[in-house]
Amino acid sequence: MKTNENLLEIRNLHTYFFTNKGTIKAVNGVDMEIQRGRTLGVVGESGSGKSITSFSILRLIEDPGDIVDGSIMFDGQELLDYTEDEMRAIRGNEISMIFQEPMTSLNPVLKIGEQLGEPLILHQGMDKKEAWARSIELLREVKIPEPEGVVHNYPHQLSGGMRQRVMIAMALACEPKLLIADEPTTALDVTIQAQIFNLMNDLKKKHNTAILFITHDLGAIAELADDVVVMYTGEAVEKAPVEILFSKISKFSHPYKEGLLKSIPKLNEEVEYLDQIDGSVPHPLNLPIGCRFAPRCKFATQKCIDEKPNLVEVEPNHLIRCFYPNKEQRDGK
Amino acid sequence: MSNNDKLSKEHEKIISPTRQIMEKFKHNKLAMAGFISFGLLLLVIVGAQAYIHLTNYDLANVDISQKYMKPSMQHLFGTDAQGRDLFLRVLAGGWISIQVGLLSTILSIVLGVSIGATAGFFGGKIDTLIMRGTEIVSSFPFLAIAMTISAIFMDLDAQLRLYLIIFILGFLRWTGLARMVRGQILSLREQEFIVATRALGISSFNQITKHLIPNVLTYVIVSGTLTFAGAILTESSLSYLGLSVTEPIPTWGRLISLSAKNAIVMTNYWWTWIFPGLALFILIMSINVIGEGLRDAVDPKSQYVTKEQRIRLKEKRKREKERQKRRKLAKAAM
Amino acid sequence: MENEKQQGKLRTLFDTVFPYIKYIGNRLLHLLPVVIIISIVIFTLIQLMPGDPILAMINPETTANMTEEQRLAYIETMRKVLGYDKPVIVRYFLWWRDVLTGNFGYSVALNKPINEFIGSYIMNSFKVNIVGFIIAFLIAIPIGIKSAVRKNTRYDKIVTVVSMVGISLPSFFMALLLVLLFSAVLRILPFSGMVDPRGVRPEYVYYILPVSVIVLSSLASLIRYIRNAMIEVLKADYIRTSRAKGLSEKVVIYRHAFKNALIPVITIIGFWIPALFGGSIIVEKIFAWPGMGLLMNQAYQFKDRGVLSTVLLFFAVLTLFANLFVDVGYALVDPRIKARRIK
Repeated sequence: MKTNENLLEIRNLHTYFFTNKGTIKAVNGVDMEIQRGRTLGVVGESGSGKSITSFSILRLIEDPGDIVDGSIMFDGQELLDYTEDEMRAIRGNEISMIFQEPMTSLNPVLKIGEQLGEPLILHQGMDKKEAWARSIELLREVKIPEPEGVVHNYPHQLSGGMRQRVMIAMALACEPKLLIADEPTTALDVTIQAQIFNLMNDLKKKHNTAILFITHDLGAIAELADDVVVMYTGEAVEKAPVEILFSKISKFSHPYKEGLLKSIPKLNEEVEYLDQIDGSVPHPLNLPIGCRFAPRCKFATQKCIDEKPNLVEVEPNHLIRCFYPNKEQRDGK
Repeated sequence: MSNNDKLSKEHEKIISPTRQIMEKFKHNKLAMAGFISFGLLLLVIVGAQAYIHLTNYDLANVDISQKYMKPSMQHLFGTDAQGRDLFLRVLAGGWISIQVGLLSTILSIVLGVSIGATAGFFGGKIDTLIMRGTEIVSSFPFLAIAMTISAIFMDLDAQLRLYLIIFILGFLRWTGLARMVRGQILSLREQEFIVATRALGISSFNQITKHLIPNVLTYVIVSGTLTFAGAILTESSLSYLGLSVTEPIPTWGRLISLSAKNAIVMTNYWWTWIFPGLALFILIMSINVIGEGLRDAVDPKSQYVTKEQRIRLKEKRKREKERQKRRKLAKAAM
Repeated sequence: MENEKQQGKLRTLFDTVFPYIKYIGNRLLHLLPVVIIISIVIFTLIQLMPGDPILAMINPETTANMTEEQRLAYIETMRKVLGYDKPVIVRYFLWWRDVLTGNFGYSVALNKPINEFIGSYIMNSFKVNIVGFIIAFLIAIPIGIKSAVRKNTRYDKIVTVVSMVGISLPSFFMALLLVLLFSAVLRILPFSGMVDPRGVRPEYVYYILPVSVIVLSSLASLIRYIRNAMIEVLKADYIRTSRAKGLSEKVVIYRHAFKNALIPVITIIGFWIPALFGGSIIVEKIFAWPGMGLLMNQAYQFKDRGVLSTVLLFFAVLTLFANLFVDVGYALVDPRIKARRIK
């Protein structure tokens, strides 16, 4: 772990939600690092805690949630020590975020130009005229046709894909060091998805922005990520650079990730049944004592049920949370 | 080796929705207070009615020698201008208010649901016609129309008058419910499973009704409760203006208007109008509060805030303050 | 060059305003049948009122010295003159003709043509209501917003209880309580009326109590409305986006959230328009305020058909205009609705 090059370092993050029915430990001891200019992909099903992790970075956790423990170091500064005002100076400025639903993430009663201009006026001290002009340039950068007209439009006049581009433009307006993208393409068509991915890659290269990319889509990870974290029930179960994660050569893998890979249908294979992961994600108020994946794991042993495995570096830069990370050993049983 | 059997179903508590609603309602202190006071008030009013019937108490019993007596142990609410005991008169008035409120609300509900359902089911021209009618009825200036209708039927005897008032109140208030029921039906019709049932040849009427009733029921109960409170309030306004039932039936509005006629009575014999007014207020408020409590309880997204959550919130704020303090100190140290 | 610029500006003005005019015209056309039906209902109700309208109009002094024969003849003449010998339907159209030409009939209660006094009565109601409504809005908006932002805290709970009290307290009872306190016990405010007959007390003093009742009774429901609208809006995704941009809470709440919560608020303003000119029958009666409400009351007591029909029609038309106002208001505030309605 190269600590010095890490732009963002999350250590032992615990974010809980205190509801009437009990405490939901949405993020339960997560470690993550992102290096400057690299893309970290966070993959997991809904409920795995990936979105909450990203919200925690910007401290956008609302009641009844709260960050109870951990450390989030950004550029050498401990974000959890920042006052609310200091956080506001960072949001939209050094760290930006785009969200999943482009249809509802823009304010319907304000013009595009007005919304784009807000971070510019706030963080870069521009006046209205400058902000308006810069907004047009930003729209051009995200390849929106006729930006001079679009600035005067309202969100409902744009398509989903266009709105997401506006969101990206808004996020990159102040040239942040880190862009957090929370499932930005889940609500869009596959063709639009591809366009957005290309756009993000281009911009990343241009501005050397680090990206935290959250998704449940392994395909997207393969395209965009440099490094990957697989999350399950609020913790990381596998971490590796993207080539190693998807490689068939590596001897090591987490059964959950294997399950995810197998359940993707492949065009060139003919199978009668799609492989599924049996069972369902455990209820957050009722998590297993041992390995949390054990109830659904084909290879689970009594040890898996009784003890909880830690994250272990099985080969350089590859960490797995499993007692039996070696694929051959598992299959052999 | 498969461990599918060991799924974490053991502790999954599935609480029925009705139970959840009751839980939420119980946690709402204001709603519970309203519930209790409504219950008590109802008890006292019904008790008084029983007493009146059993002892053949004559509400119109005039005894001038006892007029305008202050509240005492004998006359809890004092006596009025004709020496009549106000305690029983007020409670009798409460009986009227509750009856009028209840009956007119039932009328509103019946009208609203049936009209809304007709509009929603038949659609097309019938729907447009009905919606236009709804628009017209809801644009009637309520008090003015009530006054006019009342003036037309001024010579009716008291009992019939009562029914007229119930009818007016019920008839001018069904529009909101009708719109809502119609809206529900329309949205249900568009849902895909209805198209599917039609494709299978199953009557969509039954499907819609099966889903309609639970949805609409909760809304009807909430809306009905609030309409009930509103009807009592409106009836009191009508009887204050003298439009509602007349003597010997003592409605609260009427009692208040009798005293409010001149400043001397109002100031010196305050008990003749303050007690009826308070009773009116408490009855209306308790029903309103119950209605609002129900509305909150039925809303699936609403959650009541427990004590621990409030404590956590305070801790969160404290932490923020500490952060600010630390920063200030750090800056000062530089 | 200058001329062209001006022409260009006029064009843009025309282009923005004209679609609204088209929309309003369209809606008015649709309102026409509604107005007609309501007028028929009103006319029918008035006809159903018991008693003979002619007798009500005749001044007893005029007929005091007549013989029975002369009296009957006189009544017949009056009947013809006032057009009551014609069939009902004809009278309906005659009524419309009169209304449209500004002749609102004759008031038996005040013994004057209605035209002479109706304007001032409307103004009086307007005066007291506009003050009340503006004050109510100014108070309700910040409280409603704060209540929504601090949902479920002690502030919110207190506001909720106070609002419930406001909604549940009948206005006449509230008015009487205030009068008891301020006029009878403390003696600092007058009991009723609009001006001091002795000319001593300044005019505004007479406004205080009626305005207070209006404010207090409208405050409660307004606060709850604004609060609920804000709570809904604050749940939206775009609010999260605005926070993620680093905007201050103030900007998030007022610029992003409240602007979206305006739509329900406009609905309320729309509902209040009829009340603004119509006046509260109860409040005006208690404070003897010479407005439309009091007029309505008097008309009822004296079976004043002329005033009744005029006031009812007035109220009904006002309500329909209020609906129109709300529709246009929505389009002004929400660009999505505007896109749908105004082409």
